[in-house]
Amino acid sequence: MENDLLTVQNVSISFTQYVQGLQQHILKVISDLSLSVKEGEVVAILGSSGSGKSLLAHAILGILPENGQCDGTISFKGEVLTQEKKEELRGEHICLIPQSVNFLDPLMKVREQAIGDVKDEEKEKALKHQKEIFEKYGLAEEVGDMYPFELSGGMARKVLLSTALLSDPELVVADEPTPGLDQASVNETINDIKRLAQEGKGVLLITHEIDVALKTADRIAIFYSGYVIEINKAENFNDVNKLLHPYTKSLIEALPRNGFKLTSGVQPLEEVDGCPYFENCPIRSDICQNNKPDLIDHNGIMIRCHNFDKEVN
Amino acid sequence: MYLNANNISYAYKKNKPILKNLSISIPDNKVIGLMGDSGSGKSTLCKVISGYIKNYTGTVTLDNNLIETKDFYPIQLIFQHPEKTMNPKWKMHKVLSESWNPPQELMDTFGLKDNWLGRWPNELSGGELQRFSILRALNPKTKFIIADEISTMLDAVTQVQIWDALLDYCKQNKIGILAVSHDKELLEVIADDILLFNEINKL
Ligand SMILES: Nc1ncnc2c1ncn2[C@@H]1O[C@H](COP(=O)(O)OP(=O)(O)OP(=O)(O)O)[C@@H](O)[C@H]1O
Ligand SMILES: Nc1ncnc2c1ncn2[C@@H]1O[C@H](COP(=O)(O)OP(=O)(O)OP(=O)(O)O)[C@@H](O)[C@H]1O
Ligand SMILES: [Mg+2]
Ligand SMILES: [Mg+2]
Repeated sequence: MENDLLTVQNVSISFTQYVQGLQQHILKVISDLSLSVKEGEVVAILGSSGSGKSLLAHAILGILPENGQCDGTISFKGEVLTQEKKEELRGEHICLIPQSVNFLDPLMKVREQAIGDVKDEEKEKALKHQKEIFEKYGLAEEVGDMYPFELSGGMARKVLLSTALLSDPELVVADEPTPGLDQASVNETINDIKRLAQEGKGVLLITHEIDVALKTADRIAIFYSGYVIEINKAENFNDVNKLLHPYTKSLIEALPRNGFKLTSGVQPLEEVDGCPYFENCPIRSDICQNNKPDLIDHNGIMIRCHNFDKEVN
Repeated sequence: MYLNANNISYAYKKNKPILKNLSISIPDNKVIGLMGDSGSGKSTLCKVISGYIKNYTGTVTLDNNLIETKDFYPIQLIFQHPEKTMNPKWKMHKVLSESWNPPQELMDTFGLKDNWLGRWPNELSGGELQRFSILRALNPKTKFIIADEISTMLDAVTQVQIWDALLDYCKQNKIGILAVSHDKELLEVIADDILLFNEINKL
């Protein structure tokens, strides 16, 4: 697409595992994944825990583990990204806010980590900027002198966030930027994400916090077991009846404010022949067991389900 | 039975107290929610109550008795990040049986699949690992559960599954819960009472 900043096309990710001795086992964790982020757009990814959200983020940045294999194409501004190109763009044009606080360097004071590698002549400016951002997120000045082990959960997350906001990338991949943050800091994060988009940047926002997605995103993609099962407009998430996939509905109905509704079942651990949601699906039919539905366009909404209600939207 | 923390004070560094004269009481038939600012000391309090931090002042008691530290600790802490509390060189069956061997029925209730037992911790997602860490904490000798942001990293569907199973088990077995979370709406659904950290910490 013309103004696509990021295009992910038919991406699959698998791991080679050695079971016993030299016996290999291929574990497929992402299958046939396509999505895009335009300039000035926020696309949120919601989905089941273990559905491959972080691995997608790592694939975009080129930091998958050694035994991970990524097929398909990932492009940035129309250019297909090779591993070398990813390394070149990383940190400068494309920036990751990582999910795991283990990404912080345990031996480095957090102020140094937040400003990153800067040239000597730019250091003063970076330090000033860092001070402003820390203040905005309620991190006291002395926190800059702390090491990661001295931080609380929320403080560590704020430091990771500051690191990304201090560089000036064109695309931000934010992998769970808000869990465990107090409401004031969540609101700051929401404003910062919106500001990035207003400045024409793209944001891929991975989150379990539906409110954060609703307040920032244009479109929301739902992941389940390594598949994108639905991509819908953010506003439609305010009304369960406008959502197409049964898993998407159960995700929204599980929110505390919507009744904390229990849906049993977990996602399959291994690749299945049919629909990945077959085992838990309330609207399944025979065809779903052995035939994988494609991701299709239904009036601008992308949906992967044989039996969704075609009357909706 | 009551869990009482009385007049707890603690500082990591001299001159920088985190907990001061803090008292909290948890009955075994209730879920007490706890909310508070980031960095204020909630996780520190959890570690004091569950025996991970020892050099505090004040007392932690069960029905007014101090807790024997050489036996199994009856107050079990569940963390936000399960991967940080598991030996990466142990497969999941060992991670679990280090604490106890739960009956199959309970494994099913918590949605633990048999074939997960043969995996290493880094081959399971956060949600899968959290199911193990909860079940591991539910040793028959456990009297109280301290749940520090246990579902913040989980999707909404898994969050309901985990809380539903945990609340049900604790009710049946008379286990009290202290649940720390930033999610007010979640605490309103799961907790009997909600405490604000800044009101109980006398800094
Ligand atoms: N190195 C690895 N080897 C084998 N399997 C892996 C590896 N890393 C991740 N996986 C598996 O891939 C799947 C996707 O993992 P990923 O971390 O991307 O999930 P996620 O959607 O980010 O979940 P969460 O919401 O819990 O963060 C999980 O089932 C996980 O166990
Ligand atoms: N090991 C440590 N050494 C020194 N200071 C520490 C250590 N661990 C925590 N702190 C400090 O103690 C304070 C309280 O931290 P704690 O983790 O208890 O906060 P919290 O209320 O759980 O916050 P959050 O909601 O962000 O998880 C913070 O100011 C933190 O910097
Ligand atoms: Mg993840
Ligand atoms: Mg904490």
